[in-house]
Amino acid sequence: MSKIKCFWLVMAVGMLISFAGSAFAKPIDIHWWHAMRGARGEVVQHIVDQFNNSQSDYHVVATYKGAYDEVVNAGVAAVRAGKQPHILQSFEVGTQTMMMSGAIYPVHQLMADKGYKVDWSQYLQPVLSYYMNADGNLMSMPFNSSTPVMYYNVDLFKKAGIPMLSKEKPITWDMLGEITGKLVKSGVEGGLVTAWQSWTQVENYSAIHNIPFASKANGYEGLDTKLMINNDKVVNHVARLKSWMSDKRFYYGGQKYQGPKSEFIAQNAGVYIDSISGIAKLKKAVKDFTWDVAPLPVESWMKEPQNSIIGGASLWVFQGLPKKDYAGVAAFLKHLAGNESQIYWHKQTGYFPITLKAYDKLKADGYYAANPLQEVGIKQLTRRIPTKISRGLRLGYFIQIRNIINEELELVWSDKKTPQQALDAAVARSNVKLREFERIYK
Amino acid sequence: MIRKRSYFKTRSLPYLLILPQILITLTFFYWPAVQGVITSFQVSDPFGFRTKFVWFDNFIALFSDPLYLKSIATTLLFSGSVAIVSIGFGLFLASMANRVLKLTTLTRTLLIWPYAIAPAISGILWLFLLHPSYGVVAIGLENWFGIDWNPLLKSSNAMLMIVMASAWKNISYNFVFFLAGLQAIPRSLIEAAAIDGASPFRRFWTITFPLLSPTFFFVTVMTIIFSFFESFGVIHAVTQGGPGGSTNILVYKVYQDGFIGLNLGSSAAQSVVLMGLIILITVLQFKYVERKVQYMG
Repeated sequence: MSKIKCFWLVMAVGMLISFAGSAFAKPIDIHWWHAMRGARGEVVQHIVDQFNNSQSDYHVVATYKGAYDEVVNAGVAAVRAGKQPHILQSFEVGTQTMMMSGAIYPVHQLMADKGYKVDWSQYLQPVLSYYMNADGNLMSMPFNSSTPVMYYNVDLFKKAGIPMLSKEKPITWDMLGEITGKLVKSGVEGGLVTAWQSWTQVENYSAIHNIPFASKANGYEGLDTKLMINNDKVVNHVARLKSWMSDKRFYYGGQKYQGPKSEFIAQNAGVYIDSISGIAKLKKAVKDFTWDVAPLPVESWMKEPQNSIIGGASLWVFQGLPKKDYAGVAAFLKHLAGNESQIYWHKQTGYFPITLKAYDKLKADGYYAANPLQEVGIKQLTRRIPTKISRGLRLGYFIQIRNIINEELELVWSDKKTPQQALDAAVARSNVKLREFERIYK
Repeated sequence: MIRKRSYFKTRSLPYLLILPQILITLTFFYWPAVQGVITSFQVSDPFGFRTKFVWFDNFIALFSDPLYLKSIATTLLFSGSVAIVSIGFGLFLASMANRVLKLTTLTRTLLIWPYAIAPAISGILWLFLLHPSYGVVAIGLENWFGIDWNPLLKSSNAMLMIVMASAWKNISYNFVFFLAGLQAIPRSLIEAAAIDGASPFRRFWTITFPLLSPTFFFVTVMTIIFSFFESFGVIHAVTQGGPGGSTNILVYKVYQDGFIGLNLGSSAAQSVVLMGLIILITVLQFKYVERKVQYMG
C-alpha cells in the first residue's frame, strides 16, 4: 500500500517539476501579421527563425494574413475584439489611418522605453520620413520599401540607334519624348507604359519636382489638408502623356503592374516605369532580350531633382498587450534593423536596406558592382535630403484618393476629360474624402 | 375535409424544434443586418474608438454624390443585361437540349458545367480571352478584324466583358431549371395542339411558355439577385470597377469603400441602400409579375 502511495507521490512531484520547468522555460510568443507571400514569405520566415534561434526568451510567430488590405482589415477586426497581434504590417497609404488610430505604440517611444538608444540619423532618411510624425518622430518601423524607376529594352534601343541611359543622371522628359518617338519610328508598337500611374506619374512626379501634392506639408501638419495636384506642372505632365498617346509614344496598360509589365515583356513597349522591386520579376520572366534600369526622367527646368518617394509597407506595434511582451517586440525590431537581416532582405527581395550601415557594407562588399541595377533606386531615393514636400504623403482615406486619381486619369486617356478637368475633379472629389476623414477625429 | 396528418401534444415542442434554425437565422442574418443599419447612421474610425451618431448624413452624402447615382444606373444596366443574356440563352439551350435524342445525359452534364466554376475564376478565364495585352481573342480581333478592343480604356468594352463573364456562368444555372420545367410539361398537350394544326412557334407561345412561367419567374429573381451580389467576384478579377468607374456596380463600391477604404459609415449606408433596392425589386416582382404566373395544379 505504502509503496503504491510512494509511487504516486514521486509521480506527482515529478510531473509538477516538469510542468514548472516548462512554464519557466516557455518563451513569450510575439505575433506578427504580414502580407509577404511566396518567396518573400520564406525570406521573412528565415529572418524570424534567426531571431528565435538567437535567444530563448521570446518566440516570434509570423503569420501571412493575405494582401495588404486584408492584413489591415484583420488588424482592425483584431483590435475591435481585443485580440490584436504585437506587430502588424501596413502599406504606406494606410499610414495616416494607423497613426490616428489610437491603437498603436509609436516605435520611437517603444525603443526608448525599452532602453535602446537608436541613432535614427543612421537610417535612410527618405524611407524614415514617410513614417515620421510632424515632429520627426518615427511612428512605425519601415520594412519593405521600394521606389519607381524606369526599365528599358536595350535591344530595341540599339535597333533604333538610341544611346544607353545613365544609371545615375536622369534624362529629361523631353528626351524621353524623343526616345519614344524613335522607338515607334523604328517599328516598335509603343513607347512608354507605366505601372501604378498615380504613384509613379503624380505622387513621385510631384516629389521629384518639389511640387506640393497637398497643403499643410502634404498633410503632415494637419488633417485640414487639401489636394493640390491640379497645378500647372502636373496638368502639363498629364497633357504631355496624353499627347504622346496620339502616336503611341505612350499608351495605357492598366492601373496596376500586370498589364504594363506584360507589354514590356512582349516588347510592345520599349520603356516601362515600375517599382524597383520589379527587377526580380523581370529577371525571371524576360528570356529573349536584355534590359536595363535608369532613374525616372525629370523636367529640364529642374536642375536639382529631389528624392523620389517610397512605396511599400511598415511595421506597427499595437498597444494593450502584456507589458513584458514589449521588451521582446523591441528586441525583434532591433534584430530586423540589424546588418545581417537588412543585407539578407535586400539581396533576396530587392527592397531597400533601411540603415546606412547596411548600405555601406553592401557597397564595401562589392554587391553593387556586381548588381548595378539594385543601386539605381537607392541613389535616386537618396540623391537629396528630403524637403517637407518630398518626404512623403500623409492623407486620410488615401487608398480611395488613389482610386479617384486613377479613375480620373483613365477619363483623360479615353478622351472623356481634358487633363485640367480631370485633375480638378480629382482634387474636388478627394477633398470630400479628406473632409470626411477629418470629421472623424474632430 | 382536412385531416391533420401529425400534431404535437405540447405547445412548446414545435418552437423547440425550429429553435436551431431561428437561432442560426438571427445570428447570421438578422444580427449583421441590424448592425449594418446602426453603422449606417454613424461615422467612425476603422478601429471603433471614435463613433459619432450622425443621423442621415451618410445617406445624404451618398445621394448628393453624382458618382453614386451613376453607380446605381451602372448596376441596373449590368443586371438587366446579365438577366436578358443568361435567361435568353438558358431558355434557348434548354429547349434545344429537350429535343436531343442521343447522348442526352452527356449533353446536359456538359451544359451544366460552367455553373460549378467560381465567379472569380470565370472572370480570370475571360480575361485570358479578352485582355488587350495577353487575351487570345482580343489579339485575334485586332489582328484579323482590325477591331481596337480595349476594355482597359473603353467603358463599353469593359461592360461587355463583365456581362459576358457573369452571364456565361449563369446560363447553366438557368438552363437546369428551364430543362426541368420543360420536361414537366405533359407531352399530350403539345401533341393535341399539333394535331389541331398549331405551328411550333404557336405551340411554344401558347402552351409551353405559360406553363413555364413559374420557372421563368423564379429564374428572373435569382438572376437579378446573382447579378447584384455574386458578380462581385467577376468584377474584382476583371475590371476592379474601371475604367474610370464605369463598371463600379453597387456591391463593388461597398467593398471598395468599406473593406479597402475603411470608410465604414458610408459603406454601411450603401449596404442598406442595396438591401432596400433588393427588397423593392423582389416585392415588385411578387406583386406584379407573380399575378400573371400560372402554377400547374
